[in-house]
Amino acid sequence: MSTAAHQAAAQPLTLALRGVAKSFGAVQALKSGTLEVAPGSIHALVGENGAGKSTLVKIVAGVHRRDTGYFELAGEPVDFGSTAESKAAGVAVIYQEPTLFPDLSVAENIFMGRHPLGAGRRIDRTRMFAESEALFARLGVDIDPRRTANGLSIADQQLIEIAKAISLEAKLLVMDEPTAALSGNEVARLFAVARSLRDEGRALVFISHRFDEVFDLCDVVTVMRDGAYVSTHLIAETSESEIVSKMVGREVAELFPKTVAPIGDVVLDVQGLNSTGEFHDISFQVRAGEIVGLAGLVGAGRSEIARAVFGVDKYDAGSVTLGGVPVRQGKPSRAIRAGMAFVPEDRRQQGLVIEGSVAKNVASVIRGRLSRLGLLTAGAENKAAGPWAAKLQVKTSALDMRAATMSGGNQQKVVIAKWLATNPSLLIIDEPTRGIDVGTKAEVHRLLSDLAGQGLAILMISSELPEVLGMADRVLVVCEGRLTAELSRAEATPENVMAAATRSAQRDSEKEPVR
Amino acid sequence: MSTPTLTKPDGAERTYPAYSRNPLARALLTREAAVILALVVVFIYSMGNIPFFDGPLTIFNLSKEYAPILLMALPMTLIIITGEIDLSVASTLGASAAVTGVLVVEHDVSVPVAAIIAIVVGSLLGALNGFFIAYVGLPSLAVTIGSLALYRGLAEGLIQAKRISGFPEGWQDWPTERIGDTQYPNILIPTAVLIVAFGVLLHFTRFGRGIFEIGLSDESAHFSGVNVARTKMILFVLSGAVAAFAGVYVALKANSVATDTGTGFELKVIAGVLLGGVSIFGGRGALHGVVAGVLLIAVLNSALQLDGQGSEVIQIIIGLLLVGSVIASNFLPRVRALLPRRKVIDAPPSVTPQTPGAGESSER
Repeated sequence: MSTAAHQAAAQPLTLALRGVAKSFGAVQALKSGTLEVAPGSIHALVGENGAGKSTLVKIVAGVHRRDTGYFELAGEPVDFGSTAESKAAGVAVIYQEPTLFPDLSVAENIFMGRHPLGAGRRIDRTRMFAESEALFARLGVDIDPRRTANGLSIADQQLIEIAKAISLEAKLLVMDEPTAALSGNEVARLFAVARSLRDEGRALVFISHRFDEVFDLCDVVTVMRDGAYVSTHLIAETSESEIVSKMVGREVAELFPKTVAPIGDVVLDVQGLNSTGEFHDISFQVRAGEIVGLAGLVGAGRSEIARAVFGVDKYDAGSVTLGGVPVRQGKPSRAIRAGMAFVPEDRRQQGLVIEGSVAKNVASVIRGRLSRLGLLTAGAENKAAGPWAAKLQVKTSALDMRAATMSGGNQQKVVIAKWLATNPSLLIIDEPTRGIDVGTKAEVHRLLSDLAGQGLAILMISSELPEVLGMADRVLVVCEGRLTAELSRAEATPENVMAAATRSAQRDSEKEPVR
Repeated sequence: MSTPTLTKPDGAERTYPAYSRNPLARALLTREAAVILALVVVFIYSMGNIPFFDGPLTIFNLSKEYAPILLMALPMTLIIITGEIDLSVASTLGASAAVTGVLVVEHDVSVPVAAIIAIVVGSLLGALNGFFIAYVGLPSLAVTIGSLALYRGLAEGLIQAKRISGFPEGWQDWPTERIGDTQYPNILIPTAVLIVAFGVLLHFTRFGRGIFEIGLSDESAHFSGVNVARTKMILFVLSGAVAAFAGVYVALKANSVATDTGTGFELKVIAGVLLGGVSIFGGRGALHGVVAGVLLIAVLNSALQLDGQGSEVIQIIIGLLLVGSVIASNFLPRVRALLPRRKVIDAPPSVTPQTPGAGESSER
């Protein structure tokens, strides 16, 4: 690794991870994570959703234990079995939304579990408040340590977490998307604090989707993709476009075989859909035989739009029409009857009755059709479910096995089987391949492509850019609840989609948008 | 529309057995089977060893006394399987008994008309519970603790702390008369009809499948198009209606209605349902188990009484039985896990990405 970033070459690296891997069951979340952070530097960790950043951070924080690989902190090999161990070793992780005790004072939150004690093991409040004030003075922020944490802004809560980290003499601070919920001024203040910590010789890891911030704040950047390390660059020697190409650079066409299908009539017509706080003025159409990709960052409002279209959630204004027939909102049963199918984001909570059997799950939406004179038998369900399980090559020993016992890929096949059994005209599929193995992923992609070839209209939400680019005939990009771009297959390059997905993330209080 | 398939390389379609165990193991390794077995054992033992248990009055009295419990246990089973609970059933029973008493004795309304009015009132009381639980989204435990007191208060207001008695001859006796020359009272006829009706509703209809799905995961049920709120509403209305029917019966059987008619029945009902193998967390249970559970409590009670045991001993034994059944149900899955199942047959690896349009999709 060519890290000219080690200004303090004499000192050992604060953090060194090399070839670290972690699997959850059949899913390899992290294949080969490498991250080397020098003291006195701010190191950006970037990658798409699912690139393995979070897993890497959780290994550093002691939440997960790595399966293999080398892990060293300040020159010492370490192996954290718990978050307490990582804290004791000088690691502090600050999450997007800190979890403080709302009813306790700020100072108590900082010193939780290690209050300064006075005579007779009494908590020495005076000293606790004084030390808190000293910490805040060092950070140059003004928070009253006596007030309760309840009602503090997220920015202030993050600063309290940072103060806590400093009081614990943390050598390494990891900030996981800290700016996502902050305003421009708050970001500036956080960055000032981060720089002062760097100048004290601490190491910081900064995870962000916002390239303007990465380039503004950081010294070094490491790119991850598909659970593996890609490259490390000095910020001064790289460019945003180079980073983007490293993030998405993969042979898209090979993995995602979208066949060309004739595009038919409009199946789904969404007009002016609006839901306060979720999304705004969403209008689009999906035609028969077409796969429309809904791209954007996590939290941009893509799933919320899908849920509103299907009728799981209500919306304030707008209309949804399927095959020329208006679909009433708030009633999934209406949408299903109209010919809509929805494979939701959360397989275990929403897609499946996870404790239910394969047969009951597959037959769950077609029970009306399977009933004879209002009576439904297990035999009818099994008879209907068997062929669908076979069509999707579900791996199970019998139809009465619980879905919970199956792998993520097989569970996803059960969900897809359940919806294809309804013979829909529109399939909405949210994160079709999240958390499933590569082989099943390819099967699902081929299936979606074939279904479109048969004339099904497909609306596909995916956080994996290559999946969207490889599968979609047309890409709609959502950013902060608005459609910011509609790109044809030819126009949909990683750079264009990324630019649209982060467009309004550029803040007006900051400098001009980078691009 | 024909659907593309993910076929095995040899083109053959996979088939799956419907069940991973043979039918005998499936039937026997259930809580329901254990409860039924316990019932049979206790019954046979009592017939041989408890004096007068095999006499002509035992079954008759037991049926008369436990019919209302069994009736209310039917909708309660469905409610508990959705993960909710209805603690107000005994108060609904009391209120409808009061309505029946006031109408028949004080206003000379005929018994069938009064019964229909009482059942309508019970349904409305159930609907009130259902509205707060299904549409407002309040927890059923809290709502029905409230209505337990509220509906009892309604009953007390209706009868004003006096005892209403003196139902007209004929109707008064019908529920407790024997069916022909048998040991069974007439009330078992509607009870049997309702057992079958609720059994079919729970186990052989789309609505019943929705009940189980709601209990296992109301979110996925909602995502699959199950109308969660309406299902719960219907169940609470049914619970109110059945409790009211039981209230009419109790009034006629006792030939009187008091403010405490049916007090404490809700706990007997719930005990029977849980003993019958229904999970208090929802999603699991079967109606035949509940019928056996209620009958097991009834038979035990009757046998112990005839054996000359005091009520404290009976309470302790039935309490221990309930606790024991909960503990046993935690061990049953482990026992089941030790028994052989069919092995997973590996599908051939079909992981290589295919080139588009290479004839991979085959028509059904």
